[in-house]
Amino acid sequence: MGRKRKIKSGELLEADLTPMIDVTFQLIAFFMFLINFSEVDRAEEILLPSSQLAKPPTEIAKYQILMNLEPGGKVKFEGQSIEQIQFMTPIFRQEIDAAKREGVNADEISVIIRAHEDTPTGLVQELISVCQESELESFSLRVKEEIN
Amino acid sequence: MKIGKERKPLESKVDMTPMIDIVFQLLVFFIMTFKIVTMEGDFKVKMPIATTQDNKMDEVFPTVLHVKIAAGDTGGVAQVEVDTDGDNLQTFTNDWPGNLTAYVENVVAAVEGDPSTAQDTEVEFDIDFSLRYLHTVKAIESVSGIIQPDRSIKKLIEKIKFKSKSRD
Repeated sequence: MGRKRKIKSGELLEADLTPMIDVTFQLIAFFMFLINFSEVDRAEEILLPSSQLAKPPTEIAKYQILMNLEPGGKVKFEGQSIEQIQFMTPIFRQEIDAAKREGVNADEISVIIRAHEDTPTGLVQELISVCQESELESFSLRVKEEIN
Repeated sequence: MKIGKERKPLESKVDMTPMIDIVFQLLVFFIMTFKIVTMEGDFKVKMPIATTQDNKMDEVFPTVLHVKIAAGDTGGVAQVEVDTDGDNLQTFTNDWPGNLTAYVENVVAAVEGDPSTAQDTEVEFDIDFSLRYLHTVKAIESVSGIIQPDRSIKKLIEKIKFKSKSRD
C-alpha cells in the first residue's frame, strides 16, 4: 500500500508543467495559422454594403490596387489618406510603374474599390473615371459576403 | 563490501520559467491581434471613357438593358426606370429590387431562351450622383442573379456598365 510522502518544510513542490505547455503551444499554433497580416489594407471604418451574390474572387490578379473610399470622398490607400479623388492620379502613375517593373501592363491591373455603404455613387464613378485617365481598365466593387 | 555512500542518480533540472514567460507573451499577442475577418466578394463593372473618341473598350452587345435610378432627398431610391433597347419601359418605386429582378429574368429568358447563359446581354446603369452606394450594390445584385429556394444561385446578367455621369 502506497504511503504519502511527507513534504518536509523547505522542500519545493514541483508540478508537472508538460500538459499546460502542450496546450499553450497548440493555442499559439492555432492563432498563428489564423492570423492574416494581408488584411492591413482593409480600413475598418469602411462599412461595406452586403450581398448574397458576391463571392470571393477565384482568380488572383497579377497586380491589384485596393482603395477604400469614405462617404466624404476621402480615399485611403496603403495607409495614406488622400483628401480628394483627383489627387490619386500621381499614386496611380507610381503603381502602374511598379506593375510594369513586374511585367504587368496597366490594363491587366485589377482595381478594387471598397466604398462605404453611405458613399454617394457619383463619387465611386468619379474614382473610376480618375483610374481610367491613368489607363486602368479593370474594376471591381468589393462588398461584404452575406451568408444566410 | 560497500565503499562509501551509494549516490542517487543525477537529475538534470531545466528552469522552464523563461520559456513559459515567452510562450505566454506570444499567446497574448496572438489573442490580442486575432479578429474574425468577414468574407468579401466582388462585382466586376466597367464604365466607358467619356472623353475618348473611339471608345475602344466599348463592346457592343445585341441586347442592352438601361436602368435609371433616381435618388431621393436622403440618397434613397425614389424611382427605378428600366427599358430594353428603348422598348418595354417600366417604372418601379415599391419593391424595386424584386420587380427589377423579375423584369431582367423575363428579358433574359425571352432573348436567349436559357437564363443560365446570359452572355449577350448587358445592363447599363444610369445612377444619380447622390444615390447611396448601398442601393447601387442592391441594384447590381438584383440584375446579377436570384437566390433560389434551395439556396443555389441562378445567374442572370454579369456584364454591368456604369454610364459616365458628371456631378449634379
